[in-house]
Amino acid sequence: MDSASEQLKQAEIDEYDQLVKKIEPKPPVVKNCIWAFVVGGLICAFGQLLINFLMSNGLNQSDAGSGTSVILIFLATLFTGLGLYDELGKYAGAGSIVPITGFANAIVASAMEFRREGYIFGVGARIFSVAGPTLVFGFTVAVLVGLLKIIFTS
Amino acid sequence: MNSLFMAFLVGGAFCIIGQLIMDLTKPAITPGHILVGYITIGAILSGLGIYQPIVDFAGAGATVPLSGFGHLLTQGTITAVQQKGLLGALSGGVEAAAAGITAAIVFGYLAAVLFNPRG
Repeated sequence: MDSASEQLKQAEIDEYDQLVKKIEPKPPVVKNCIWAFVVGGLICAFGQLLINFLMSNGLNQSDAGSGTSVILIFLATLFTGLGLYDELGKYAGAGSIVPITGFANAIVASAMEFRREGYIFGVGARIFSVAGPTLVFGFTVAVLVGLLKIIFTS
Repeated sequence: MNSLFMAFLVGGAFCIIGQLIMDLTKPAITPGHILVGYITIGAILSGLGIYQPIVDFAGAGATVPLSGFGHLLTQGTITAVQQKGLLGALSGGVEAAAAGITAAIVFGYLAAVLFNPRG
């Protein structure tokens, strides 16, 4: 009797799981990709516009690249503060994450929520909850490449 | 005009890859993972000499995605290693990326302090 009711229960759970799987909304992958492509592409095209502008004003390629990053980061932190960047992110998905503006956005968004813990160990520390891991892995790979370069050229 | 179009096309393609990774793996991959993954893979591809050719024809389409930041770190390191040897391996990356890193931290801090969180 007990095992029969348990089997019934299990069957109901299985049925429920299948129902959940069927009804659960699948992410609209194609639509998301189009949004990501258009928004991410536009951010990069705007970056190219800035590079072209800075180079036509006499900056060399590397300085123009740095200047472009700085401008994009500034705009992203500003629009994140105004709440507009996250609004864009709802539609753009990876299109607003992958560009360097997404890095700046993640820094501000994660820090902002921790103001109640203070400006030094709240905001000051949480700035690095996203920037930290990103820089750790970027630096580590770069140093490894540098060491390999020394080993294989000597 | 052509450089803008190439940047749009290639930059957009980088973002499609990120979107596919997020949609097809569901909750496992967060935006933070995407950022760490892009900078890491960009730095590796740069070390293998694969990333520079993409930058050559796509411009900002390859330097604005965070993988371009990884590329910048690696190229800075390689250049500094050729000039200063071992010390350059440690100093070159940050030197090349200094403006971006400092801007992100300083502007990021100011924005987080000056604006009120929403939602």
